[in-house]
Amino acid sequence: MSPLVDTHKPIEILLAEDNPGDVRLTREALKDAKISNHLSVVADGLETLAFLHREGRYANAPRPHLILLDLNMPRMDGRQVLATIKADEDLRRIPVVVLSTSQDRQDIQKAYALQANCYVTKPTNYDQFVSVVKSVEEFWATIVELPPET
Amino acid sequence: MNTDTTTHPVEILLAEDNPGDVRLTQEALKDAKVHNRLHVVTDGVEAMAFLRREGDYAGVPRPDLILLDLNMPRMDGREVLKQLKSDEDFRRIPVVIITSSQAEEDILKAYDLQANCYVTKPVDLEQFMKVIKSVEEFWLTVVKLPPQ
Repeated sequence: MSPLVDTHKPIEILLAEDNPGDVRLTREALKDAKISNHLSVVADGLETLAFLHREGRYANAPRPHLILLDLNMPRMDGRQVLATIKADEDLRRIPVVVLSTSQDRQDIQKAYALQANCYVTKPTNYDQFVSVVKSVEEFWATIVELPPET
Repeated sequence: MNTDTTTHPVEILLAEDNPGDVRLTQEALKDAKVHNRLHVVTDGVEAMAFLRREGDYAGVPRPDLILLDLNMPRMDGREVLKQLKSDEDFRRIPVVIITSSQAEEDILKAYDLQANCYVTKPVDLEQFMKVIKSVEEFWLTVVKLPPQ
């Protein structure tokens, strides 16, 4: 359905997450996803923006098709990253899935007000975590039309 | 995972002018795991009236999720999306574009206007049902919708 499915080009996913355990679980969940994907990982908000702007060591970074964004990260948190991405004429097109442990109503409201594409809470249980990440990948990679590269 | 939905049905607003697509969407949502109520409007003017609770829509609920067709009479989906996403309050409601258009321009424009996601309607009936069910399953069971 998605034009990306036919091209055999992996979908580029950027994960912004400071918890190494969650990074490992996300990697595992995406490893056997139906749609081939390439995961890049950054551990804080400043790195995320550097990656997106291809600054410094990210000079050759691919433009992500999808961003998985944690809210609570050091240096610059996910809310600020989200606000920056969605205020940028070019970057705002990239879908941002907020993946957070927070179930706080305010966090959820704020994320949608900042135009997160969707908000998903991370289950603490291992199997459920993997299943949620797989659902996210499957939905965005096979059902959704991601923005085409221009 | 959506803890808010145990007592209240998820209110879904479908803005779609094709009666066949409306019926299929109703069928697909009928046996959804999550209790939901589907409200249907057939053009953009009606969609905005529903959201603003104007006229006949005075007592309607605020939708938790909007399924928006792009090509509709009177006011099209692009204009609805633009108005919704520039409104401080309405902009929080997730908008899933469901359209037959696969035009790159439409996809880009929709994401520029901050559509939450863009889904194309397959012409094949079974595929259509499958896509609507996937949308329902993802948005109603995996995603945390904004609390009312």
